[in-house]
Formats: sequence, structure tokens, C-alpha cells
Amino acid sequence: MQVQVMIFGQLTDITGKSELMLYDIPDTDTLIRTLLSIYPALSDTKFAIALNKKVIRENTLLEGDNNIALLPPFSGG
Amino acid sequence: MKTKNERYQRQISLKELGEGGQQKLKNARVLVIGAGGLGCPALLYLAGAGIGKLGIVDFDLVSLSNLHRQILFSVSDIGLSKALRAGDILEQNNPEIEMHIFNKRLNNSNALEILSGFDIILDGTDNFASRYLINDACVLLNKTLVYGAISRFEGQVSVFNSPLSANTAVNYRDLFPEAPSDGEVLNCEEAGVIGVLPGIIGTMMANETIKLITGIGEPLIDRLLTYNSLNNQFFEMDLSALAETAKLIPSNADEFRSFNYDWFCSLSPANELNHEEFEAMHQDKKIQIIDVRESDEEALKDGFSHIKIPLSRLKTQIPDIHAETIVLFCQSGKRSAGAAELLTKHFGKSKKVYSLKDGLTGWQKFKEY
Repeated sequence: MQVQVMIFGQLTDITGKSELMLYDIPDTDTLIRTLLSIYPALSDTKFAIALNKKVIRENTLLEGDNNIALLPPFSGG
Repeated sequence: MKTKNERYQRQISLKELGEGGQQKLKNARVLVIGAGGLGCPALLYLAGAGIGKLGIVDFDLVSLSNLHRQILFSVSDIGLSKALRAGDILEQNNPEIEMHIFNKRLNNSNALEILSGFDIILDGTDNFASRYLINDACVLLNKTLVYGAISRFEGQVSVFNSPLSANTAVNYRDLFPEAPSDGEVLNCEEAGVIGVLPGIIGTMMANETIKLITGIGEPLIDRLLTYNSLNNQFFEMDLSALAETAKLIPSNADEFRSFNYDWFCSLSPANELNHEEFEAMHQDKKIQIIDVRESDEEALKDGFSHIKIPLSRLKTQIPDIHAETIVLFCQSGKRSAGAAELLTKHFGKSKKVYSLKDGLTGWQKFKEY
């Protein structure tokens, strides 16, 4: 059970990378807690979370292999 | 008729578009907000395609640092109005279309009137206050919003609030319900941008617009596309409408006009809320309203829900404060201003803390009128 986490935009300033792998994560709440413990500065930012290319709001079980995207808002024009 | 055919001949000859599609473009009414990095390429292609009524809103003047990406303008335009210059240039480019120029800043008192004359709105602005304002106005007026935004080497494109949505149409607040806090997201000036990126994203916005009008292809309705110009990766995700979003959007024109978008997006440094602002938000369950008067003062019987934390106990009761947005009030607004300062120091950027101007006395007077 692996989760590929893709990190977009200015969030990569915090993570230092645009992709990372996490293993044996039971649900998306746990995933977020894990990410916040690795990168505490993420807690000061707003971002949308997409699980397998669908934006989610509520805790969702992770079975099998999954893709998570962390997407911050962009304002530039 | 012959000249018209010649102008659009290359696109009419696409069987998916044809004469029928060209007529749809001619009948279309499209407004581009922001004649900047995104707006310039979008406008050029929309004018070229023969959008019958094309509007431009921009209040800004052309400057030298714009020219690397705002491809409508040249050195001789520096210091001139972007909206007026863009209008002149596009009229020369395609005199067959009707241009509508709004050389002004879009705000919540003029937005509904300006947007109501168009069917599809392109958001090419460069700040969150405008983006939330435009989204909310499009929801109120049932207008399709073609959204584009950039950050350094990445861009986002989507089509919001489309009547063609198979489900409840998604709007920007379904993706990002709340604006990021001040300073969290850098603009192009602070973060930098290569001119090509808004060129690509703005062009994609024009393409989505043409697809929506002519009914060809699959526009990005309820989907968000991100593009990374460094590794050429496109990433697409499905969006869905949320019931909670509706509560965040002003429910009618009056509420919209009194909603303070600068405040919402932390542009305003003042942490005092006036009565109109407080009136517009006090029913929001996510906001924690706190009475900082002492316990021997007369309790507030009706008006709005709140909790009581007397100023004398505020420091020790900080752990009881959980909401991201906090409004403090007292009798006159003095103690709550002090309390707001204390909490702002404590929470920093992690929470928005406000004090009700003129306190309960001012609020009650306001409610009497």
C-alpha cells in the first residue's frame, strides 16, 4: 500500500520536492497528519487535496495504491 | 460578406466549427477582466476569432515591466491605460467586433452591473480579492467563469459555474473555500514569472471560451487543469460542488455589495469591523464571536450567537479559541480592540482577529436604523 504524494506550486518551497512516497497510510486524515509532522509549515497554508484526481474534503480510506495531490491556490495573472 | 468569410475562413473550414460556429462566436458576449499577462493573449485570440461583443476591465496603466508578458502593449504605450490601449489595438486587429471598455477597477459596487452585459467571464486578475469577487458575482448572475491563474512556472485553468455542468456546477469556492492568509501566496511581482507561462494559460482560457461558445470538444467544466512549464506535465482533477459553499457566497446583490473582499483576503490592515461588515458575517457558524465584557455586565439577550470570555481572563482562556476567524466585542469597542491586539500577537497569521467597531452601543444604534 503506497501513496504517491504530488506537491504543487509554492508548497514545494516547504517540502523541497514535488513528489514523495508514503507507505501504509490507512486514510487521508492520517496522511495529512503525517505530512504536517514532516513539514509543520504546511499547517500555515491553504491547499486543496485530490485523491486519485478527485478533490476530496472528508476523510477517505486508502486501499491499494493511491495518488494524492496537494494543490495551493494561485493568484497570479 | 465575402471579406468576413475570408477573415474567419481558416476556422470556418473546420467541420466542427463551420458557419454555424462562426455565427455563435459572433453572437457571443465575453468579458475579460484584467488586460495583463493572461488577459492580453486571451483578448488577442478572442478578438481574432470574432467574438461579437468583447469587454475589457482594467484600471491599471502600462509599465515597462509589463511588456515581457503583456503582449498587446509596446514601449509607446507606457503610462497609458491598459483597457483603452487594448481596446484600440484590438479594434485595429478586428474592426468587425464590438469592444466595450471599462477603464476602472472592478469592485463590489460595479461588478454586477458590468458583468450582467456578458455571458462568459474570463478572470485574468492578479489578486485573491478580485478572484473571489468575480467568482461570487458569476454565481449570483449565473455566468460562466473561465478561470486562469499562475504561480512561477505553474498555471491553473478551469471552467466554473457552467450551465453545461452535468451536476451542480462547481465554482471557485468549492476548490478554495477561504482565501489564503496575507502573504501566504506571492503575486507575480514578488514571485517572478516568465512571460510565456501566462501566454500559455491565457491562450488556454481563450480556447476554453471558444469551445464553450461553439459547443465543440470537452471544456474544463468542473475540472481543474494544472500545467507545469518546467517539466511539461499536465495534471487534471475532478471537482465537485459542496453544499457548504453556498453559505460562503453572498446570497443576493445587497449582501454582495456589502461584502468586504479586501478584508476577506486580508488586504486591509485595519482589524476593526464596521457594522455592515459585521452584519454580513455574524451568522457564519465558522466565526467565533466573543464578548470580552466582564461577567457583571448586562448580557446580550438577542442579536447573534457568541461566547463570553471576559478580558480579565482572556490570556488564560486562549486555548478555548479554536476558530480561524474571531470577532471580539465589548460595549464601546475599546476593550475589544485591545483584546484583538493581544490575540493577534498570540496567533500571528494563523487566525484572523477582529474587533467590532464602536462595540455593542454602536451595533445597537445601527440595528435601530
